Amino acid sequence: MDATRRDFVKSMLPKPKKIRNVYFDHAATTYMDKRVLTSMQPYFSEIYGNPSSLYAEGRKANGALNDSRRTIAKLINALPENIIFTGSGTESDNMAIYGIARAHEKRGKHIISLATEHHAVLNPLEDLKKQGWEITYVKINEQGLVNADDVIKAIRPDTILISIMYANNEMGAIEPIAEIGRKLLQYRKANNSVYPFFHTDACQAAGYLDLDVEKLHVDLMTINGSKIYGPKGVGMLYIRRGTPIKALILGGGQERRLRSGTENIAGIVGFAKAFELAQMEKEKESERINKLVKYLWEKIQKNISKIKLNGPEIGQQRLVNNLNVTFMDIEGEALLLYLDEYRIMCSTGSACTSESLEPSHVLTAMGLPYEYSHGSLRFTLGHCNTKKDIDYLMNCLPNIVEQLREISPVKLLEQQHANYHHHKK
Amino acid sequence: MIIKAEKKEDLSQPVDIRGKDGGGWLYSDIVKDHFFNPRNFMQYGEDEKFKFNGMGRVGSPACGDEMVLWIWVDPATEKIKECRWRTFGCGSAIASTSVLSEMITENNGMKVDEAIKIKPQDILVRLGGLPDRKIHCSVLGDKALQAAVNDYFRQTGQHGRIITAGAKVIDKVLNITDHDIEEAVLEGARDLEDVQKKLKVGIGDPESIPAIEDLIRFYTEKYYG
Repeated sequence: MDATRRDFVKSMLPKPKKIRNVYFDHAATTYMDKRVLTSMQPYFSEIYGNPSSLYAEGRKANGALNDSRRTIAKLINALPENIIFTGSGTESDNMAIYGIARAHEKRGKHIISLATEHHAVLNPLEDLKKQGWEITYVKINEQGLVNADDVIKAIRPDTILISIMYANNEMGAIEPIAEIGRKLLQYRKANNSVYPFFHTDACQAAGYLDLDVEKLHVDLMTINGSKIYGPKGVGMLYIRRGTPIKALILGGGQERRLRSGTENIAGIVGFAKAFELAQMEKEKESERINKLVKYLWEKIQKNISKIKLNGPEIGQQRLVNNLNVTFMDIEGEALLLYLDEYRIMCSTGSACTSESLEPSHVLTAMGLPYEYSHGSLRFTLGHCNTKKDIDYLMNCLPNIVEQLREISPVKLLEQQHANYHHHKK
Repeated sequence: MIIKAEKKEDLSQPVDIRGKDGGGWLYSDIVKDHFFNPRNFMQYGEDEKFKFNGMGRVGSPACGDEMVLWIWVDPATEKIKECRWRTFGCGSAIASTSVLSEMITENNGMKVDEAIKIKPQDILVRLGGLPDRKIHCSVLGDKALQAAVNDYFRQTGQHGRIITAGAKVIDKVLNITDHDIEEAVLEGARDLEDVQKKLKVGIGDPESIPAIEDLIRFYTEKYYG
C-alpha cells in the first residue's frame, strides 16, 4: 500500500485526553433519581405486605399504595380512583386501546390516531385492523404536528376512540392535545354523544409539560416511570369517571378490577415520588435544558455542514430536551458506533439499528426521504447533562462526520430535502 | 481464493449486540478493526489520481447502503493490483467492503475470474461472522465487485466474458425475480407474508406462490440455516 496514505484512525480521530461518559438518550430511559430510590427502599423487605391483606402489614402496604395514588391524582388534577397502576407505558397504551375497543365495539369500530405514535399504540391499532376495525391516521405536517381541526374532521358516527400522543419520542413534536380536547368537547355537545373517547400517551411529556387532565380534556392518559427518573416496570393509565373500559388482565380484581395482579408497591411508591419531583422541578429543569439544547444546536450548525433539524423548530412546539438532526451523506449506525468509542450515547432513526430494517416510521411519516432518516441522530438531554458534555461531543462529532463523509459515495444536494416527497423503495 | 479465517459451520451465528456478560460489542473484532481502520478506501483528493479500469456501483442511500468499487486490473496477468472503494452504510457495510478490498488485492492480487466467484459467505468468513440482520450488507460487496469486473471486461472489449445476471422471473405479473426474493430474505423476511409485505409477490400471480415458498425456504436455509 502507498506509504503516504493516512493512518485512518490516528490522523482523523484523535483520542480525547480524557474519556467522558455522556448520556444523551433520556427519551430511551433515565437513570433513577437517588431520592426515588430512597423512597422505594422500605418497600422491599420491611413493608412487604400484600395491600389486599387485612392485617397490619397489608394495611401498611395499602396505605403506601393509596398515598401514591393520591399524590399522582393531585399532580394531574384527577380523582385518586381514576388512576390505574400498570406494568409499563406500553401496557397502559394497550389497556387504553384494547380496553376501549372491547367495551365499545358494538357502538363502532373506528379509531383515529397518528402515524407517528409509539409502537405501543400503533401495533395494537394494526392488530385491531386485522380484526375488521378501521383506523384513520390523520395527516401531519413536515414537522410532525397535527392540526386539531383535522382530527375533529376525521370523526365519524362509528368513531369510538382518538389516541394522539402528547409529545413525540423521536423528534419532540408537541401535539395540540388541549385544543383537540376542547374541540372534541364541542363536537360531543353538538352531537349529544359521549363518543369518541380521547386518549393521550404522555410518557415523553411527563417531565416537561402540564399534565392537568381538566385542561387537556383527555379521558385516558398514559404515563410511565422509566422516562422521569423513576423505576422501570411501572406505569399508569388515567381513566376519567364514566369511561367504561374492559379489563385485559383478569385475576384477583386489583385496581378496581381493571388490572389484576398484586400491586408493585415499591415501584408505585418510586413512580409517584419520581412524578412528583419531575412536576415540581419541571420549570427550572426545562429552562436549564433549553439553554443546553440551544447551545448544542448552535454548535452543530456552526461546525458541521449539510445538516437538517427534524421536527418542529426549537420553541413552544418542540419538547425542550429533544434534538433530532440529519447529517447528510452518512448513516446513523456508523455514527453511533464511532460515538460509542468516545462513550457518547444517543440514538438514530436509521434502519440499520431497527429489527425491521426499515428506517424510523416517525421520520418517514413526516415525509422525510429514507436517505435522510438513515443519517439522523437523536440527542435527548436530561438531569445529568452539562455544557461540558456538549463541548466534549462537539470536540469529536465534526471529525467523525467528516471521516464518514470521506468514505461515503453519497453526495446529497444541500437543498434536496426541501422538496419533501414520500419515497418508495 | 485465500481465506485465512477458518470456515465456521454456522455463519449465521449472530454476534450478540448485548453480550451475556453485558459488555459485548455488536460485531466481531475483525469487523470492528475494519470499521475503525478501513483499508483501501478512496481518500479525498485521490479521485482524479487513482487509475482504474473497472468500476461498480450498487445499492442506493434510500435503501440504506450504497457501495462504489474501483479496481485496477493488470491486463497481462488479469490480477486485481489495486482497488479503492466508498461505502454509505452501517458498520458492517463499511467493514465488509474494507475486508473485500483486502481479499482481492492481497498476495499480488486475485485473478478476475476468481474475484467474480466471491460469495457473500466468503466475506462473512473473513469478517468472523455478522449479526443475522446485517448479513445483507455483505451481499452488496460481492455485487459491487461483480459489477466492477464486468465493467473491466467491457472497458477492455471482452464482451463475451461479461456475466449477465442469471435472474429468473417468478411472478410474471410484477416481473419479480428469484434475486428479489433472495434480497427480501436477506432483509429479514422469513415467510410468504413477510415477503409479500415487501414485494407484493404472488398476489397478481397466485400460481407462482409454491415456487416463491420454495425460494424462501431455500434462501433462509442458505443464509441462516
